[in-house]
Amino acid sequence: MDIVPDRFSDLLAIEPLKAAEIAFLLDQSVPFQEIQRHPLKKLATLRGKTVGLAFFEASTRTRISFGTAASRLGADVMQLQAESSSLKKGESLLDTVRTLDAMKPDCIVMRHASSGAPEFVASRLEIPVINAGDGTHEHPTQALLDALTIRDRLGRLEGWNVTIVGDILHSRVARSDIHLLSKFGCRFTLCGPAMWLPRELENLTTEGVPIRRETNLEESLSGADIVIVLRVQQERLHEPALPLDEYILLYQLTAERLRNARPGALVLHPGPMIRGLEIDPVVADSPQSCVLEQVTNGLAVRMAILFELIGHGSDANPAKDPAHAAS
Amino acid sequence: MPTLEKSQLMSATEIDRTLQRLAHEIVERRGGTVNLALIGVRRRGVPLAQRIAHAMRAIDGVDVPVGTLDITLYRDDLSMVAPQPVLQSSEIPFTVDDKDLILVDDVLYTGRTIRAAMNGLFDLGRPRRVQLCVLIDRGHRELPIEAAFIGRTVQTSDTEIIEVRLAEVDQEERVMLVDRVS
Repeated sequence: MDIVPDRFSDLLAIEPLKAAEIAFLLDQSVPFQEIQRHPLKKLATLRGKTVGLAFFEASTRTRISFGTAASRLGADVMQLQAESSSLKKGESLLDTVRTLDAMKPDCIVMRHASSGAPEFVASRLEIPVINAGDGTHEHPTQALLDALTIRDRLGRLEGWNVTIVGDILHSRVARSDIHLLSKFGCRFTLCGPAMWLPRELENLTTEGVPIRRETNLEESLSGADIVIVLRVQQERLHEPALPLDEYILLYQLTAERLRNARPGALVLHPGPMIRGLEIDPVVADSPQSCVLEQVTNGLAVRMAILFELIGHGSDANPAKDPAHAAS
Repeated sequence: MPTLEKSQLMSATEIDRTLQRLAHEIVERRGGTVNLALIGVRRRGVPLAQRIAHAMRAIDGVDVPVGTLDITLYRDDLSMVAPQPVLQSSEIPFTVDDKDLILVDDVLYTGRTIRAAMNGLFDLGRPRRVQLCVLIDRGHRELPIEAAFIGRTVQTSDTEIIEVRLAEVDQEERVMLVDRVS
């Protein structure tokens, strides 16, 4: 427990992180899980710091989670929401972010519809940038909170069989989860309509970790220790791969289908769930379902990330040399 | 940071005798162990608190509860600390409401650690009373904080450091006075 990795300068993606760094971040989340049980949950640790929330894509849960994480650490929150933003007036992403930056936040938490947008911004700002979801690329804090949930429930992260069900093609959550859990030797089965199971994903895992693609849900669940259910992202698609009633017929996770998995297999869902669509309400409310713990752990993970990135000197983060920022 | 050992202040035997005496002193002054709980301040306050509780069991026959408190999130000097501090969990498996608490730490110096510890405790509830027990009081207080139970008082200068080594943490057991070498 005595490795302290080089200070993180941003949190943009899971892919470049080492397993030891991920384990460190999960360990640092544990004290924040404990704080959620205190009668008084507010700390003064980040008092005087400001967290800028730049959400260029709709989000309620993640935005509230980061906002609460910042507030509970004593930080102030600065909010940008796309619906009411200057983007509608034609301002470029970089100008919008530079405007926020000119108000001197200590870090920016960013969600954007374009993959790579947070990295683009991070390379041009001195302050840390946290990716809260970029296009179909990654959602690092979701994968971390999923990992913390799995580790708490099952005792470890190593070597599990994980089945992911749903629109994996468009899922940044699936990509981050695959990057993270494959670093711990987990094996994956991806399940959904063929259109949603791209071959490209097989290259996502750490070397040697196989990915199975399977269009039959019952088959895909066989031997699974962990089932991650994704929602049908209707807002992302012009036309879904299947009509919704066919999706329900073939891919809804029901209690009966879940019996194909290992006994006591965990069911995770990044939310928001649509009961009766991708998941049967009986499963959603069963002891195997981890959805509420995921939300609580999300708060702990985000507090740990904020503490790690801005819980130190107010001088420029030495890990991010402004001289190297792109012009 | 280079340091030079100047003298040994306490040997393993002396540490043990002092902790036994502190356990007796606490029980004597409080008239027993009822409603008492010890809170060890991480890191080295923790084994000290556990040993004092163990000694109290021998005196009073009672198991005094021991909690551990990590004060990293309550420090007032995070801005000046580098590298990034590593968090540990606090574990206080009992309610602090209405309890008589004794904070236990190895060295009392500026008092800022204890101020942070009190902030942490008061986030958990409302103790009836909080007292402080330290192995070494080295002076140089920057806040109005004092210990009710002191192992040893040592006069020190600003360039000196008191190093406490405990078997549970350091695999050796002694207290040294050490000079910072510039």
